Parts: sequence; C-alpha cells; structure tokens
Amino acid sequence: MTFALLLQYLVAGVTYGAIYAIVAIGFGIVYNATGIINFAQGEFVMLGGMLAVSLQAFLPLPVAVLFAVLITMGVGALVEILFIRWLDRPTVLRMIVITIGLSIGMRELALLVWGEGVRSLPYFTGDAVSALSVGDVHVSPQVLWVLGTVGVIVAFLVLFFGKTRLGRQMRACAANRDAARLCGIDAKGMVTLSFVLAAGIGALAGCVVSPITYVQYDSGTNLAIKGFTVAVLGGLGNSAAALGGGIILGVIESLSIIVLPAAYKDVVAIALLLAILVFRPAGVFGNAATARLKEHA
Amino acid sequence: MNRLPKWIVLLGALGLAGPAAAKETIKVGAILSVTGPAANLGGPEARTLQMLVDEANKKGGIAGYPIELLLKDSGGSPEKAISFAKKLIEEDKVFAILGPSTSGETLKIKGIAEEGKTLLISCAAAEAIVKPVGKYVFKTPQNDSHAARKILEHIKKAGATKIGLVSSNTGFGKAGKEQVEKVAKELGIEIVANEVYEKEATDLTAVATKLKAAGVQAFINWSIEPAQAIVLKNARQIGLDVPIYQSHGFGNIQYVKAAGPAAEGVIFPAGRLLVAESLPASHPQKAVLMKYKKDYEAKFKEDVSTFGGHVFDAYLMLAKAIEKGGADREKAREALEGVQGLVGTAGVFNFSAQDHNGLQMDAFEMLTVKQGQFVVLQEGAAKKDAPAKKK
Amino acid sequence: MSRSRALPLAVFTALIVLVQLATGLADKGQYLTQLTMAAYYALPILGLTLLMGYAGQISIGHAGFFAIGGYVSGFLTTFNLTELSSRWWVRAAARLHLLAAGQDAFASQTLVVRAWPACIAALLITIVVAYLIGKPVLRLKGHFLAMATLGFGTIVYRLVLGTSALGAADGISDVPAFHLLPGLDVSGKSALRISNYYVAWGLVLVTVILLGNLIHSRIGRAMRAIHGAEEAATASGIDTQDTKLKMFVLSAVLAALGGVFLTHYNGGIGPSEASIMKSVRMVAIVAIGGMANLWGALIMGVALNFLSMRGSFGSYDDAVFGVILLLIMLLSPQGLLRADLARRLVRMVSRRPKEPVT
Repeated sequence: MTFALLLQYLVAGVTYGAIYAIVAIGFGIVYNATGIINFAQGEFVMLGGMLAVSLQAFLPLPVAVLFAVLITMGVGALVEILFIRWLDRPTVLRMIVITIGLSIGMRELALLVWGEGVRSLPYFTGDAVSALSVGDVHVSPQVLWVLGTVGVIVAFLVLFFGKTRLGRQMRACAANRDAARLCGIDAKGMVTLSFVLAAGIGALAGCVVSPITYVQYDSGTNLAIKGFTVAVLGGLGNSAAALGGGIILGVIESLSIIVLPAAYKDVVAIALLLAILVFRPAGVFGNAATARLKEHA
Repeated sequence: MNRLPKWIVLLGALGLAGPAAAKETIKVGAILSVTGPAANLGGPEARTLQMLVDEANKKGGIAGYPIELLLKDSGGSPEKAISFAKKLIEEDKVFAILGPSTSGETLKIKGIAEEGKTLLISCAAAEAIVKPVGKYVFKTPQNDSHAARKILEHIKKAGATKIGLVSSNTGFGKAGKEQVEKVAKELGIEIVANEVYEKEATDLTAVATKLKAAGVQAFINWSIEPAQAIVLKNARQIGLDVPIYQSHGFGNIQYVKAAGPAAEGVIFPAGRLLVAESLPASHPQKAVLMKYKKDYEAKFKEDVSTFGGHVFDAYLMLAKAIEKGGADREKAREALEGVQGLVGTAGVFNFSAQDHNGLQMDAFEMLTVKQGQFVVLQEGAAKKDAPAKKK
Repeated sequence: MSRSRALPLAVFTALIVLVQLATGLADKGQYLTQLTMAAYYALPILGLTLLMGYAGQISIGHAGFFAIGGYVSGFLTTFNLTELSSRWWVRAAARLHLLAAGQDAFASQTLVVRAWPACIAALLITIVVAYLIGKPVLRLKGHFLAMATLGFGTIVYRLVLGTSALGAADGISDVPAFHLLPGLDVSGKSALRISNYYVAWGLVLVTVILLGNLIHSRIGRAMRAIHGAEEAATASGIDTQDTKLKMFVLSAVLAALGGVFLTHYNGGIGPSEASIMKSVRMVAIVAIGGMANLWGALIMGVALNFLSMRGSFGSYDDAVFGVILLLIMLLSPQGLLRADLARRLVRMVSRRPKEPVT
C-alpha cells in the first residue's frame, strides 16, 4: 500500500463524505427549528439534481442550477405549509411516519415525472476524464467543486446563525419556542424558513454532485440513511461537526473496501450508526445534554 | 315433440357459424420489472411489448388472433412474480407469459409455469433457466457464458494474463462473475482483483484504486446498472489506463453518454441492435433491427437498448409459435421447439427440444465506443485502448 | 375468555371458512393464493401492532426479521451437505433425523436439513438476534430508536443482497415443501391450495388468540403502562427494559414465523422481502389499522396486501402505501379503525354495566 494509493482512498472517502455531510446539515437545520427529523431530506437532494438536468436542456448551466435550487426551496416551503404547519403538538412517532410518507410520495412523484432513467448534469469544468494530478493521486475537478460548495455552505450557515438577526431568531426558536414567541419572533415563519434552507442546500448539493454520480428517482433514500449517520456522528444540529462527521464516515467507508468486499460498504456505515446510537447518542462532537430527545415537537 | 320451424333452425345455424369465422382473442401475460431495482430492464421491455402488441392488433392480431396483453409490474420482487404468475396462469388462463426481466424472478416461477403447462418466454439471462430444460420454459437473452468467453478470448489474444473483475451485487452481476471466473481459469488468465459493489454505488474510486493497486493489465466490469458508467469515469480519472471490457449489459447508449470521454475504447460483446446502421444490407438481421430501432426511437424518443430487444425476441417467438401451432398450447409449444432461423435482435435463433435458448456465441458481435458511438470492433486496429490523458 | 373477546374470534373463524367456500363455489379458488400470502404477511403485522401499538416502540426494520426467518429456513432446506457428509456434525444431524436425502434437477445427490428443524433453527436464530439488537437499542427513544431499527433492517437487506451463499440478488429458489404433519404440506402446489389456506389462516387465528391473551394479562398491562408513561411505569416497579425486550423478541419471532412459512409456500425468497419499503408498509398498515388495534391491523393488512399481490396498484404500489400512510398520519393518527370507536359502539348496544375505558 503506497502512500499515493492511501491518499487516493482518502480522496474517495472525502468525496463520499462531503455528499453525506450536506444531507446531515439539512437534517440538522430542520431538527434545530422543529425537533423533527425530516426523512424526506434525501429527496430534496434528488429533486435539485433532477430539476437542474431538466432545466439545463434550455438554460445555461449556472442558471439551471440556480432555478433548480429556488424551485426546490419552494417545494420545501410547500411541504412545511401543507403537511407540518398545522399539526398540533404531534408526537415524535407521528412526525417520523409523516416524513417517511412524504419521502415516499416525493419519490413516486419523481418516478411519474421523470421515469426510471438516470440523469447527470454536465461537469461544471472539464469532463469525465479530466483530472488534477499531484504525483500519483488524481482528483476530478468536480470533486473540488463539491468540496468548495460544501465549504461555502457551511461558512454561510455559521455566519447566518451566528451573526445575522434572522439566524439568531431561528436559534432562539430552537432553544425555546414559547419564549421566542413572547419576544415577538414569528415562530411559524422560522419553521418554514428552516425547511426552505434545508431544501436549498440539499438541492445545491444534488446539483454539484450529479456530474460525478447520477440522480435517479430513488437516489434520496440511501442518502437519507447515510446523512443521518453523519448527523448522529457529528452531533445533531451542528453544521461544522456534521462536516467532520461526514469526512470520518466517508473515509471509514472508503478504507473498509481494503479489507471487506465492496458490497458490504453500507453495512459498515450502518454498523457505525448503531454503535454510536448505543454508546454515545450525542455523537462524537455533541454533548450528552443535546442527546435528550424531545417527546413532542 | 315440438318441431321448430325450419327458418329458426337455419337462423340458429347461421348464428353459430358467424362468430366461428372470427378467431378468439389470445390472452398473453407479461411480468416485467417496470419499476424498482431492475427498472432499466423492465422499462424499455414494457414499452417495447406494448408497442408491438398495439401494432399487431391494428392489423388484426397475430395470425388473425387478437392479442390481449395483461402486463404486470413485479418491481423486481420474486414474491410478486410468483403471485402474478399464479394469477395469470390459474385465473386469467393466459396462453403464455413473457418475462420476467430478472433471473431471480424467473427461477422462482419456472416450476409454476411447468405445473400450469403455460409457455414461459423469459427475458432473463441465467443459464439455469433453460438448464435443465423445462418443457414450457424458454429464454431470449444470450448466454452469459458465451459473453464471458468472447471477452476472455479477446483478452488472451491481446496478451494480458493478470486482470481485474468488478461486478455488481445483482443477479446479472453474479451470474457474469461466475462465468468469467470459470472461463478465466480454463484459459489460464489470473484474476488478481475481484470486487463486488452495490448496484446503487455512486462513486467507485475506491474500487478502481484497488484495481490499480493490484496491477491489473485489463479489467472487466459486469453489471447492468448506471454504475457501469461510473466505474469507467473513476478508473480513467485515477489514471488506470488499461483496456476496459464491459459485459453485454453495456448495451444502452445512455451509459456512454453518462461516461463521456471515459467510455472511449471500451470493448464489449453485444447483439447487433446497437450497430444496426453499420451492418451491410445483406446481413440477415438488418431489416428486423432497423425497423425496431426506428419504431422505438420514434415512439418513445429514447435510444434503443438491448434489454428492450429481449422482449422483442420473446414476442417474435410467441408470434411464431401461434402462427405455426394456432391457439392450442401444446401445438404451439411443439412448434416453437422446431423453429429454425428466427431472426431476432439478439441474434438468429435455432431451437430444439434440448435447446430452449437457441443462440450461440456468434450471436455476439464485439463492439467498441468511438467518439461516443457504438461501432463494430475492427480487429487489428491500433491498440490504443485508453484515451489520451488530459493534463 | 370474556364474551366480548370470544365473539369476534368466532366471527373471524366463520369468515375464514365462508370465504373459502365462497371462492370454491364461484370458481374463484385462485383467490386463495393471494389470501394465503396475505395471511402470512399478517403475522409480522400482528407482531408489530403489539410492539408499536401496545408497547409504543417504533420499529421500521421488522421486515429484517421476516427475512431472517425465511432465509435461514430457505437456506437450510436447500444447502447441499453431500460434500460434507463425512463431517461429524453432519453425521450427528443425520442420526438425529434432522436431514433429508434427495435428488436435484440434475439427478445428483442432495442432503439437506428437513423443514421442521430448519424452522426451529430459524426461530431460535431470530430470538438471539432480536435479543442482541433489542437490548441496547430499546434504551433509545423517538427518532434514535426509529433510525436504529431502520439501520438494522438495512443491514439485513445488504447482507442478504451481498452474500452469494444466500443467492445474492437472485435469492434462494427451489425451497421444498414443509411437511408440517403427515399429509399436511406447506407448498405452492395448486392442488394443495385449500389446505394451505387453512394452515395459514389457522396460524393467524392462533396468533390473534395468543396476543389477545397476552394483552389482557399482567405482562400486557405492564406493556400498556409503559406506552402510556414510562417513568410512572418504572416507578410502580415494572421492569420496563425487560418488558420492552420481551415484546420486541416476541414480535420478531412472529415476523420470522411468517417468513418461514411464506418461503415454503412460495418455494423461495428474494432480498426484496428484507427491503425497507416492506418494513414501511408494515408500519403503514399498523398505523391505518389504529396502532393498538389487532383486528384493525389485520383487516387493513389483509385487504392491502391482497390487492398489492394481485397487482391492483400497478406500478404505484409503493406510492399507495406512502400516500395512505401520509393521509392517516395527518388526518387521523389514531387510525381508521379506532379501537375505542368500536368499543364505544359496542358499549352503546350492550346491556352490561359501563366499564371504564382502558
């Protein structure tokens, strides 16, 4: 095992990992605002990719991506308004089942609209075989786009929640909904905003990653599971930690291929999830207090 | 005793004679995986079959028998296939069942078809479907063993002795893997890296890295999913410049499009449907292939694939059986076993009581990708199998 | 057994027989096939109703146990031990009458485990797995429990899909008939349709009776107490972890039992039986039926699975379950066939003194 090969595995791992991290961050945003894990988060990623592919048939690529993201954000808002908003203190069980139903619904709708075929966006720069090489290690330029985009998203979120008024209002709502309302914050609006944000970043991730892989009507499910693993690994609700968690999961998965058959790659990820849930539900970066889950949203 | 007036008797006789002149409708069942994990097989198959049946019915059916198509989407689940097979055979009493799309499903309903004495013309590739031969069970795709042999003989001729093998964890991938391993041993080719990946894999860089680490001189990818495009991209990206061979599952231009320049120079065996235009006019398959290609692409605005071709061939077999044996199942079945020289998309079929597949190794043509198009591989052409590295 | 419980059971039994006779008379005997399959799918659903509805523990991975049951018994009854016949454990098993010799389609020798020992093995393995998984996982709550069970289901799916000894994507075929009793076989042969129908529904009937007894027993009350308010239950001296674990294992065994029998009935099993969609469908049916409503879940389960197995939903099979799940959860989280709705109706017409609502 030369150093160059090890690096190559690491690059693969970080590539996988960045993809999962975005899903995890999306989970985190909605969870922070509502206490709900939105199982349909993976579908936002799928939608972004699918819409962008359809749009770029008659729009320049950057515009297509922009519109795909905007439309998906609209869908996110719609989902919240139609299905989540008017529920009165639903139990966690009910919410889980509802978002699972939403996930299935969106998936079948995608099947109806786009059929069962696979789609890919064209590479943002270069093409399928272009690679930036450092010695014996080769990286597709699109990977840099993925990492760059994820980095920008995380930076944006940190700034948003840390420095802007809106972001702080959302955090207030997450901490204590009733107190926030007493301070005049539009709690309902914050919830909608959280869905819009989560949908937006999911869609952007879907666009930036689809040249490397592909999107299909059922791409969302697998992403959701991996994304949740990362969210739990990184401490639910913490963007930067989710990024760290994503990289860890991606690298572990990638390196596991050295010893195990590649068909068991998913088993590794899930075994990791189970181990974390059992031993340290707050995740590697979180703290035990945040692990105490709310019974009602 | 009442004596009916003569004219009533006459009218009655005419009444009976009338409908007897038109032929009865033949019910044909189809179990295809239109959705689910094998949708890239069942989708084109379902569309093709619907197109063919509609076309036939416009002309009065097959040999004058109108065809009623009962199409069921099994979603790739064997338990659904079993349930539908039983329903179609016992309740709807269909004349024949076309499909299923996957080997796993076919193997589960083989016994049901035999017990129900109903023709089963499968679009799945596993050899176990027709070995041992079931009286009523036929299959249309070429044998994996022939594909594997064709690939490995080419590899041997090119002088490679250490190769890599990657396959997906589907029935198709597994069957191919077994065949390649068997034939490679026979030909003295060593498989130094042997990996199975999940069919939904979206990034196979790690697998490609493993191949590179093992120092393969060529590698074979055996899968029918979009992953076969991804493995090409990943392999070329990390600088693995060896010749790449695909299975006949590569037979859909969308995978070439998905892989872009990474698909250049890939070699694979396939039915001649993909290069129909470049066939000489005298080739026995040309007319059939061109017609299917034109009709399908005009109607569904997507490229033909060899998968849709499997059900096309199944339909041809059904039509031939009905033409020769009429609506009687036993006669039709026997007639089918005697069919020779049936020109289909996968090749020219010659059946017998022992051979319910009817294709040999020559059903395959070795194809390659040049400038994003499928072309016949010219032997003795320049050995430049890898695209120029872009710096 | 109180009259209020015996009556539905009697009606149910009568219905089973009536349906069979009706299909026979109307020459629709083939319906029995899908009805039998639906019955076997009802077993995990009943178990899940116990777990989710009464004990309040969500599980989105129960198809995993169904698959474990089916795959273990399918594997043992098809794996040819002839090559290993000299090993001591094979000879011991043969002496204990656990094995059966035969010939396969190529007329070569086969030596496989008989169906009864295979079934028992499958159930034992399920108990062990359920115990090992349940012990740590049931300490979790809410989303984490849901995700852990989802993860378990996915692991089972990936394992059966990725392992060639289990047939990988093709699954296991040619599973022989299950010789339950001399003269009573569980298999898909159309001649045995009627007896298989009664076997399946007999199993369901027995399960409903047993679960009913359980729910009204001391353990059942403990379980419902946990569902209502776990801390209070612990405070009154109930060992909540132990009770939850017992319910989890029991529901897993029921699922596995369904898997074993269906595999023999179908003559095979594929990875699709372990898929997450299957687990979600079970959850959907339990939810629609009313969460803590055995009869409701049974009725909805049979109706929906019957239609699904006949292809009535076409390509939108999953969509139907997803939409139903969504609608029920949004509009009527207590389910369509609410347990207390029925009880209220019964109380209105009964002449017994009013009982407090449990």
